Amino acid sequence: MSEHILPSKLYYAIWASLLCLTVITAAVAFVDLGPFNTVVALVIATFKALLVVLFFMHVKYTSEKMTRVVIFAGIFWLLLLLFLSLADYTTRLLR
Amino acid sequence: MADSQVAVEHDNPALRHHFATQEQQREAASLGMWLFLGTEIMFFGGMFCAYLIYRYWYYNEFAAGSRTLNIWLGTTNTAVLICSSLTVALAVRAAQTGKRKLLLGLLLATMLFGLAFLAIKGTEWHDEYVEHHVPGMGFQFDTTVPQHPDQKIDPQHAQIFFSLYFTMTGIHALHMIIGLGIFIYLTVMAWKGRYTPEYHTPIEIGGLYWHFVDIIWIYLFPLLYLIDRKK
Repeated sequence: MSEHILPSKLYYAIWASLLCLTVITAAVAFVDLGPFNTVVALVIATFKALLVVLFFMHVKYTSEKMTRVVIFAGIFWLLLLLFLSLADYTTRLLR
Repeated sequence: MADSQVAVEHDNPALRHHFATQEQQREAASLGMWLFLGTEIMFFGGMFCAYLIYRYWYYNEFAAGSRTLNIWLGTTNTAVLICSSLTVALAVRAAQTGKRKLLLGLLLATMLFGLAFLAIKGTEWHDEYVEHHVPGMGFQFDTTVPQHPDQKIDPQHAQIFFSLYFTMTGIHALHMIIGLGIFIYLTVMAWKGRYTPEYHTPIEIGGLYWHFVDIIWIYLFPLLYLIDRKK
């Protein structure tokens, strides 16, 4: 984490965006988008998580490269777990 | 001969002897916390994987169970945690700019938001207990699939949704409580004046932990509360 001191205005802007996205998530849930309800909800959630990681957790402003490596490794592992497990369970009759 | 920068920095007692500079020490602490958060991704990841598989198998029961959750309290709680992340980020900034009183206020505000979250979650759990939706405690679930009144929901499968719901929100709440403990410690240290613009690493890494717990909830909310809300 670098010692870049970010303007508080930026934090407030991110906070407002996160609140708006939360309201949007809840509101869209009542609209019938078929299977895309889940997709939209998770895409918005991922964008919110990105805002928190990049700005609140300062990852956008850090000069420490290993931080990004660790984050990428964690997410890569998680996607491996989720995708490969689901690929197994959705394509074979494992019950 | 003028002292080297490294020697001068080592006059500061906050800099441990095995680090060359404050910058290196701070980055090591940050990296350590990120590695820990990596293990937390693994911890929660397992539960999310179980959730996804069972949701794929028993979608109707998961949707029915999800519909009984209080969406207003869930959304409010999401907002509460977002506010707490704001106060944490501002607290780090207060430490960076040497504003002790502001730092204390923001740390307390963060904890208040955390307590509010736990109180709201507790209310929800109580309501679910009263509705007999707690697995193993007189669990009852009697409803039909929407738009298909001839298909009944299997209560055993619905119970799995609620098992995952209580486990995931329970473990998340446990992380919130641990976070509160960490922040009590940070507040006491800040009160004692231990944090300066040169050294406030515990505030930074405590903040990283808190933000991570917020991110977990950001995913829990749509997955648990918003499976199928179209009527």
